[in-house]
Amino acid sequence: MTWLKQRSEILYFALRNNKLRLGMVILLAFVILAVVGPLFTDYGPFDYVGPARQPPSPEYWLGTTFFGQDVYTQFVLGLRATFQVGLIGGGLGTLIGILVGFAAGYRGGIVDEILNMITNIVLVIPTLAILLIIAAYLEVRGIMMESLFIGCTAWPWAARAIRAQTLSLRSRDFVDLARLSGMKTGKIIFTQIAPNMLSYLLLVFILQFGGAVLAAATLDFIGLGPTNAMSLGLMMNYAVLWNALIFEMWWWFIPPGLAIMAIVGALYVTNVGLDEVFNPKLREM
Amino acid sequence: MSLQVENLRVYYQTVRGDVQALERATFTIGDGEIMGLAGESGCGKTTLGHSLIRLAPPMRFIEGRVTLDGEELPVWDMEKMTPFRFKKLSIIPQYAMNALNPTRKIGRMAAELLESRKVSFQATLPELQRRLDLVELSPDVLNMYPIELSGGMKQRVVMVISTLLNPSLLIADEITSALDVSTQKAVAEMLVQFRDRGFVQSMIVITHDISILYQIADSIMIMYAGQLAERAATETIIHAPRHPYTRLLISALPETGVRYVERRLTGIPGQPPLLLNPPAGCRFRDRCPVAFERCLDAPPFAEVEPGHWVACWKEYAQDA
Amino acid sequence: MRRYFGRKLLIYFLTFFLAVTIDWLIPRFMPGDPVQNMLSRAALHAEAIEVMHGYYTSAFGLDVPIWQQYINFWLALLHGDLGISVYLFPQPVMSVLLRAVPYDIILLLPSILLGWYAGNKFGALAARTKWLDNTILPIGYILTATPYMWLGILLAWAFGIVLGIFPIAGAYSFQMAPSLSLEFIGSVLHHWFLPFASLFLVEFGGWAIGMRNMIIYELEADYSHYLEALGAPQRLIRRYAFGNAVLPQLTGLALKLGVIVAGALVTEVVFSYPGIGYLLLQAIQNQDYFLIQGCFLFIIIGVLIANFAIDVAIVIVDPRTRTGMLGETA
Repeated sequence: MTWLKQRSEILYFALRNNKLRLGMVILLAFVILAVVGPLFTDYGPFDYVGPARQPPSPEYWLGTTFFGQDVYTQFVLGLRATFQVGLIGGGLGTLIGILVGFAAGYRGGIVDEILNMITNIVLVIPTLAILLIIAAYLEVRGIMMESLFIGCTAWPWAARAIRAQTLSLRSRDFVDLARLSGMKTGKIIFTQIAPNMLSYLLLVFILQFGGAVLAAATLDFIGLGPTNAMSLGLMMNYAVLWNALIFEMWWWFIPPGLAIMAIVGALYVTNVGLDEVFNPKLREM
Repeated sequence: MSLQVENLRVYYQTVRGDVQALERATFTIGDGEIMGLAGESGCGKTTLGHSLIRLAPPMRFIEGRVTLDGEELPVWDMEKMTPFRFKKLSIIPQYAMNALNPTRKIGRMAAELLESRKVSFQATLPELQRRLDLVELSPDVLNMYPIELSGGMKQRVVMVISTLLNPSLLIADEITSALDVSTQKAVAEMLVQFRDRGFVQSMIVITHDISILYQIADSIMIMYAGQLAERAATETIIHAPRHPYTRLLISALPETGVRYVERRLTGIPGQPPLLLNPPAGCRFRDRCPVAFERCLDAPPFAEVEPGHWVACWKEYAQDA
Repeated sequence: MRRYFGRKLLIYFLTFFLAVTIDWLIPRFMPGDPVQNMLSRAALHAEAIEVMHGYYTSAFGLDVPIWQQYINFWLALLHGDLGISVYLFPQPVMSVLLRAVPYDIILLLPSILLGWYAGNKFGALAARTKWLDNTILPIGYILTATPYMWLGILLAWAFGIVLGIFPIAGAYSFQMAPSLSLEFIGSVLHHWFLPFASLFLVEFGGWAIGMRNMIIYELEADYSHYLEALGAPQRLIRRYAFGNAVLPQLTGLALKLGVIVAGALVTEVVFSYPGIGYLLLQAIQNQDYFLIQGCFLFIIIGVLIANFAIDVAIVIVDPRTRTGMLGETA
């Protein structure tokens, strides 16, 4: 099948896959909210805008915090941060995973052994603990820094998965042909193997994105997130810290967690849907 | 034993519609007969073989009747077929090398399988060991995991297990395809041994390699694009085929002792049709050198002489 | 098998080495005098600061060459001397940690084991019953996408505040002192339930989905088809499928340990549950360097032990590792 025909066939199935549609709709909704939402508010996330501990009202759409800050503002700005970290952190993790996974899977031998050992070690270390220690000693942290942390510690899973795929593709005939014709290793990886793995890489990235969002939420919640920006995890941190539970300020702690759950859930569902689109055997009749 | 198949039609369900993989298959196999089933990839021979014993989704039964030893086989009903499986008919699948559970010792898996079919493993064990010996496997094999065996050894294990309960009909699906030539010979001869010793009564040997069939089959049935093309005794098929496809197929085979100085080895130009929307009538029409207008109607699979069936309008005309 | 374990143990030793070294290295990269930093945050009066400074400087061994500092560190470690906590002065770090460990064990062990077991069982059930599949699958996806701390918050709010049937802070009632009385144990269980449930539910969701997918995959494998062709009953085929599906789930458990530890940490924060995670956070917020180091050490030892236990389990469950033909699939 020609390249073009293959593309349009994938599009055909993609548009019809229910899971994919559901996931993308939810994601799109939140992306739009993150992009346009802040335009509807004039406040900053830390501004004191009104009476404290107010439930949602026409004036304060998601109510106010313990200190009288606007929850809606915090929420939409937090959404932005979430997507940023997900993209950058997830992207970085995928990238490192690709480099390590390809190298290990394609080269094999001693390179594979060493990379495997490194991967295993990074896997075993509870990276949160290391992040805690590093983050605790850094006074000022930004979103980039957090994304960097997450990317640098989330890659082992991606590396493994990509290595396995590379191994199975490497032994295919067209790769042998390329090698016989004298193509350089790097070129083989990029022109022969990678295009066949594109769909797989997309799936890996989606999962890394979801993982990054969850990891960021955890870090933010402990107070080790960006020091200069609002995030959903931070909202929950403050909420718990200032006894939102006891004061039953549900509008403060439910939306951020709900958003994370919805976004990550949508990502997982999209992942399953895409898997069905790419893999004909899984398609429902 | 005898197997009678009448008008068997099996399609594959796909998102784009039904793939018409097997059309109006009608034939009979007699007691002790080894019938070879040959054809190109995708001609429907594996579909035919599998539909007799495990007609599972995405395969869909459309119509037809299968009778084994006088009893009708409810091939469309997965559950009702269970009493027949393993005991009256059995299969050595194409994937025999992967057919064993990787995390179970072979003996244990065999025991669990037999017990689950209400057959005593202890009682069957001596016979099992004897047969393992016959295929040149040590009985220690029962204590090993599949991963400890080579591909050929695993295949022989599957051959023994599949025929352990002496089925009337054995379906051997491409069992020589993944082997080297000398092993192919050994395995083919083992099959004949199984029949000669009464382990199995009759066999359908599915393969795309006609030379194997020449060695072991009593009769051969050729399929093309889901339709039956020709069926006759092995000698007849090889030396006096009548269907245009069979003729081209046989002439495309290299012969030993012949040097192709004057004549080049010719293949059959073209490709088999896609079966999602197959052409009407005889599906070989587009590649057939002698096709004419009549071929737009599907020719019936008719017995042009005793024991010789052909599906070709040109051939009936000759006898008429 | 020896090769398999040998390899694993090598990785664990290397990891331990690396982790401890990182732990030792980090404060040495930070600007400023770590001891001064530390002490200025602790609310101690002048004399105490003098004494502490001397103590810590020599304790850090900052007055000796770097390589000797490193060795001293390891020596102290092997003696079980983890220093004195600043935050909880003058208690030794070791005893602070040992008090927290039991609470972590009763929280983590049941939630991990039960979550894994129940999740797998339900996932397997879902793989063969349509109506169960239609309910468990979405629930599973929702649960596994839920951030640990948020579920904790939800449970605390719903059952702790709104319904008021569970407490939401501490490991036991503040009026009690630890004892082996029935009353105390009852209080511990009462306080334990919500954090446990929170961890358990998220785990359950993830494993249920994973197992369901694995079983479906195994049911489509060649050996399943072969058994079917030979008329084996569904329960035999399912039994084999389950047995084979458990293996990647075990490996997956080892991979998820880091995430689970993080989840336990935030759950402890939500419920002010005095486990090591909670302690670690307090230590960070109070810049108690020794306590941070100690917590980290305990966490990493716990994770390594858990990994090893899982490796043993894999050898027991997967016979292929025993024959030595499969080096290391994990």
